[in-house]
Order: sequence, then C-alpha cells, then structure tokens
Amino acid sequence: MKRPFGAETRVEEVLRDARLWGDFGMPPSDDHRRDGFDGGSERPHGLPVPSAQFGLWLFLGTVTMLFAGFTSAYLVRQAGPDWQSLPRPPILWVNTGVLLLSSVLLEVGRRRRRALRRWILGATALGALFLLGQLLAWRMLRAQGIYLPTNPHSSFFYILTGVHGVHVLGGVIALLSVLALAWRDASGERTAHRLSLCAVYWHFVGGLWLYLLFVLFLL
Amino acid sequence: MASEPSVHMHEEPTSFWRRYIFSTDHKIIGLQYYLTAMGMALVGGALAMLIRLQLGWPDEKWPLLAKLFPRGMSGGVMNPDFYLALITMHGTLMIFFVISLGLVSGFGNYLLPLQIGARDMAFPFLNMLSYWTVVPACVIMLASFFVEGGAAASGWTAYPPLSAVEQAVPGSGLGQTLWILGMALFIASFTMGGLNFVTTILNERTRGMSMMRLPLFIWTLLIASILGLLAFPPLTAAAILLLFDRHGGTSFFLPSGLYFGERVLPHSGGSPLLWQHLFWFLGHPEVYVLILPALGIALDLLPPFTRKPIFGYRLTVYSLFAIGVLSMIVWGHHMFVSGMNPFVGEFFAIGTLAITIPSAIIGFNLIASLWGARLQLRTPALFALGSIAFFGTGGFGGIFLGNATSDIQLHDTYFVVGHFHFMIGGVTLLALFGGTYYWFPKMFGRMMSERLGKIHFWLTFVSFYAVFLTQHFLGLGGMPRRYYAFSKFEFLAAIRDMNAFVSIAAFVLGAAQLIFLFNFFWSLFRGARAERNPWRATTLEWVAPTPPPHGNWGETVPEVHRWPYDYSVPGAPEDFTPQTVPPTVVEVTR
Repeated sequence: MKRPFGAETRVEEVLRDARLWGDFGMPPSDDHRRDGFDGGSERPHGLPVPSAQFGLWLFLGTVTMLFAGFTSAYLVRQAGPDWQSLPRPPILWVNTGVLLLSSVLLEVGRRRRRALRRWILGATALGALFLLGQLLAWRMLRAQGIYLPTNPHSSFFYILTGVHGVHVLGGVIALLSVLALAWRDASGERTAHRLSLCAVYWHFVGGLWLYLLFVLFLL
Repeated sequence: MASEPSVHMHEEPTSFWRRYIFSTDHKIIGLQYYLTAMGMALVGGALAMLIRLQLGWPDEKWPLLAKLFPRGMSGGVMNPDFYLALITMHGTLMIFFVISLGLVSGFGNYLLPLQIGARDMAFPFLNMLSYWTVVPACVIMLASFFVEGGAAASGWTAYPPLSAVEQAVPGSGLGQTLWILGMALFIASFTMGGLNFVTTILNERTRGMSMMRLPLFIWTLLIASILGLLAFPPLTAAAILLLFDRHGGTSFFLPSGLYFGERVLPHSGGSPLLWQHLFWFLGHPEVYVLILPALGIALDLLPPFTRKPIFGYRLTVYSLFAIGVLSMIVWGHHMFVSGMNPFVGEFFAIGTLAITIPSAIIGFNLIASLWGARLQLRTPALFALGSIAFFGTGGFGGIFLGNATSDIQLHDTYFVVGHFHFMIGGVTLLALFGGTYYWFPKMFGRMMSERLGKIHFWLTFVSFYAVFLTQHFLGLGGMPRRYYAFSKFEFLAAIRDMNAFVSIAAFVLGAAQLIFLFNFFWSLFRGARAERNPWRATTLEWVAPTPPPHGNWGETVPEVHRWPYDYSVPGAPEDFTPQTVPPTVVEVTR
C-alpha cells in the first residue's frame, strides 16, 4: 500500500531492509513468550531474563561506573608530584581469601540445595568476617601513623575500601534477608530466585574487591 | 483487541495514605513528581527574578526585599555572596529538581506503562522509594538557604576550590555540604528511576508492542535513562572525594599554596581540573537526559495535530542512539578555557560538531513532519512548534560554542547563558508545558483552557526570545557571566543598559507562568469534561479509561497491532487508527 504523504524515505526503506535492528524490529511471535517470576504471559516481547535479574545487572552497571569514576580520579591523582606508595597491610591477603571462600560457599550451597541454610549462613558469616578484617587493616595502618589525609594513596585506600565495604555490608544484609526467607521455606522457588540474585551481587562484590586490590597495589 | 485475563493485577489499596501518599501506582508517583517539580519551579523562578532585578538595576535599593532577605539584601542592596547563591541554586533547582523531575520522572512515570501497555512499572516499590528519596533532597536543598552562610555559591558545577574550601565564601560552608548531600540523594533517586525505566521499557511491553512500535517519547526516555545510569555514578564518586576534601583533610581537588582566612591550607598536589572532568562527564550527558525526552514529547505531540505520521521514525531512533553515544565523549567542550592539550581540545570539538549531525537529522524530521500537514494550532501543538524553534535557535548557537576556536572567545560570556537557556531551559520547558496541555485530559479528565493556554504560549515564547536571544548579543559584546553588576566596566558601557530590557522581558516571562498555574488549578476543578480521546490520537494511553484506574486497563491488557503514528491511513474509517485496531479492520502498514 502507498504510504500517506510519502512518510517513509528511501533511506529508511534501505535501513529497514538491512534489518539493522535485528530481533527488536521483528513482528511479535509466541516464541518470545517467557515464564518468569513476574508472569510473562502478558508480555511476549520481554528480555530472556526476569525483570529483577535485568534490573540487578543494570544496578551493577552503575556500581561499575562508580568505580570507573574512582579509577580515573586515581590514575590522574597518581601522576601528581606528591604520590607516595603505601605499604600493603598483609592482612588484606587473608581478607581476600575469606571473601572468595564466602562466594564459593554460596555457590556450592546454591547448587546442592541440601542444607541450604547452613551454606548461606557460612557465606554470610565469612562476609561479616571480611568486613572485620578490613577494619583491622585500617587499624594496622593507623598504628603505623598512616591516616586518611597522610598522602593521596592512603586517602584512596581508606575511601575505596570504605565504599567497597558499604557494598559488602549491603550484600551481607541481603544474604541475611534470604536466610530469613530460607528459614520459612527452604526449598521454595522464591528462596531460590532471591538467592540467585543475591549470589550474582555477592560474586560481583568479590570480583570488585580483586579489581580494587589490583588498582590499589599493582597499578 | 484484548489478550488474556490479567495475571498480576494487584489489589488497589484503600487507605488514603497508601493510595495518594505512599503509593506504588506509577500514575500517582508521576503526578507526585510533577507537582514537586512545579513547586521547585516556583522557587527556581523566583530566584531568577531576583537575579534579573539585580542585573537590570544594580544600583537601586529595594527596602521591601530587605525585610524578606535580611542577610542577603541587607539595606535593600544585594550582597554579592547572595547573588552567587542565587545563580547556584537557580541552576541546581531548575536542572535537577524541575526539568529532571518534571519531564523525565514526572511524565516518564505517568506515561511509560500507559504507552507500552503495562499495568505498572517493573519495580513499583522501587518507584515509590525513588520518589521518597527525592523529597528529602528537595527539603535539604531548600533548607540550605536558611543555614549559617546561606546556600551553596559555587555554581551548579560546584568547581573547587570554591566548593572544597569551607572558608572560601560564606556559601562554601554548611550550604555547600547540604548541596552535596541533596545531590547525593537526588542521584540515588534518579538511579532507581533509571533502572526502573530501562527494565520496564525492555521487559514490560504488551503483546504486539515491538521496539519499533514504541512512541518516540518512550525511545527518548530509554536513551535518557541509560545515559543517566552511566553518567551519574562517576559524579557520585567525585562528590565523595569532594566531601573528604572538605571534611577529611584529603587533597584530591586542592593544590598546595591555597591561602584562605589568613592562613595557608595544608592541602597539596590536588587538581581542580580533575573535578571539572568528572563533573562534566556527568554534566554533558545530563543535558541530553533533559533534552531528549523534551524532543520526544515534541515529536509525539506533532502527529495528533498534523494528522499525519511522524517523518523518519527509524532515522530518529538511530539518531537518538548516535546522540547518546557521542554525548558521552564530548564533555571536554565545557573546559576549552580550563587548560587542556590543544589536540585533546580538537578531539572534543570534532566530537561535538559530530553531534550536530544526528541532532540536525532529528530537527529535520521534526520540520519534515509538518510537510503537507493539516495543521491544527491547538495549545499543545503551539508548544511543540515553539520547542522546535528553540531547538533550532539554541542548536545554532551550539555550533559556535562546540568549536574551540570560537568558544575561547565566547566562553564565560552571556552567549553561553543564552545558548544553554534555549536548550535545557527553553526546549524542555515548552515540552513540559506542551505535554501538560496534551495529557492533562488523560490525567484529570478535564480540558485545560485553550484561550489561557494560547496567551500563556505567546507570552512565554516571545519573552523567552527577548531574554535569551538578547543575551547572545550581550555575550558577543563581551559581557561576562556570573558578575553581579556591570556598572564599573567601561568596555560594557555601550550595552549594559540592555540588561534592563532583558530583565523586563524576564519579568514578563515569569508572570506568564502564573497564567499557566492559574489555568492548571482552575481547569482541575472547572475545566470542560474531557472524553477518553479528545485529541483523536493513536497511542495506547488514550485507549485507557480517563483517568486511568489502578492497573490501567481493567480486566484485559490491550494488544498492539501497528506503530503509533497511523494517521490518515487511506481506506481507514477515521483519520486516526489507534494502535489497538486489528489488521482485519485497517491494514497494518508497520
């Protein structure tokens, strides 16, 4: 049929034929239907993942951008004339091991599904232990006379570990809430769903810590 | 027309508090945002009037104002510190708390689920949380006027050392701390909103609503939200560092040898330029966060009044993407005079001029949409056209500013002030008004007064040009921005009296908005009853009952069969074919 008022240009037709837009522009089909946790039958065009999961990824994207901002500030400031490298508090290795082990426990528990609560409890406890270890690292530095304003490297160390610690604390609280849920229905779908979201966040926070270690002491 | 029965229709809450105050309904939240923005606009506008009063007649005394602002206007003469606080807070309130809240969060929340055929946002609770995070942000920003030293005075850009050294100017004290706190809450709220918008658009569309059948306003919201999610976090990082520079003794942005309050500050090695980079990495995309939804509204307001499809839908979508990508890498054009390697400046200049290409495509599509139209000059159409005019005028000035060679001459003059007011002030404001006149009947079931609307438009449009086009010429004449009086400068003697003209035009502009306010509240109670689809438009929100009930669609969610711009389809029974009309009735063109 001829389009009214010549609404489509030749360029547009070419672009449409090129199917630059892939699946997004395709006519709807029932293949896209999904059965997520939020009742996908009304929305056949959605993403292949539930909204909660996608929202979490977006959130992790913003956290990534937050630390990208810190990183760029770090790199610029590092080039300044007064930069002095900080001695690495040895306890950081222990803390790193604790946080990674916590991720492993969570993943094992998630896969086994047996004695789920115990695995989550273990992971949560290790997360809290990590925070305690970070506080100890701060204390050791202070004992050496290295404070927040001492030099730019120490400023970044306290601030980056602090901001990361807040994110870990958020993860611990989320794990506790899943734990409370698991107490009510241990084998329920809701628990598994929440736990899977929590695990994504928890592994992200662990990976973020490795990244920060790299930035702070290797870069 | 209808698909299956609803699967997740929530019970409508019955208590007043859950229904209207702590509501999770996107429509209530949208209106909450809109009304909050309106309140903040009153404050921001009043600040602008005070600024113009000072610039127009810098040597006059205003004893009445001395009573209102005993500190800022002691003896009836404006204190320079107070002037700095005024421009800082005017910018901050207008950009973040009026345009962002009203246009993006307000219209976005109200219309997004309605236009894509969803019952609500993907995360209704997060949506409520996002609104109730921005309320304390507003309170903190407003409260900062009343603390010791007054509100922040380092500009909406909060450049250190003014923003980092507590004793720099009176506003650098508690006022600046509150500013940072308010912005942090705003960013947290806007991030929650952005997550919700993107997820909802990608995941909650109804059957048949493919991406290429979305109204362009939704596309602009999508790109704007993604930009916000990417650009705001680095500013958060910078703000955290700034807080520690202020209160923790660190030196991220503060160099050595700063002398304030009769002593040398202990900071050393920091770089104020670092803040500028981190700030404008947000600051520039933020411009597009505001202007893209405004263009989206302009694009979507045209078809119902031209009775023909929008021109170049796909190219507009691709251009939006191009603008989104380019806007992330051109922040340096705000810093051409801050000191940068000329090659870097060249990169930013080329990137900026590259943005004019997709912007010009969108501008072209807007104008081409008028070709062969049966134009009906109702109020929303006037505002959409005005928005396009501003986009053209402001964009033209942008070419001069995006080029380092001419920007170095024009930087920090009123040319810049005129330019950005056209873009993030004018385009967005007219879209905000146009959208209000257009969707008011859906929101409240009544029409706004057409006559008052037209008076409002013409006064706004003409006085806006009088203010900000004149400022372009003041800038060309060398008048610097941020100065609180020009009486002492010989080289400005020839043009400084123009400021009185600009001020009078600004007062007309301000007064015209009172007409809008009156129209809004009068029509709320006395406006003519609106039918379900008073503009004979095609998009989904007009299929919903007026005003839309909780859950939007009653029993069944509508199913979409066509793109949103099927106007004057040959052979169709009406000159508009709503998106829900099945192919058996009117052939599907796309």
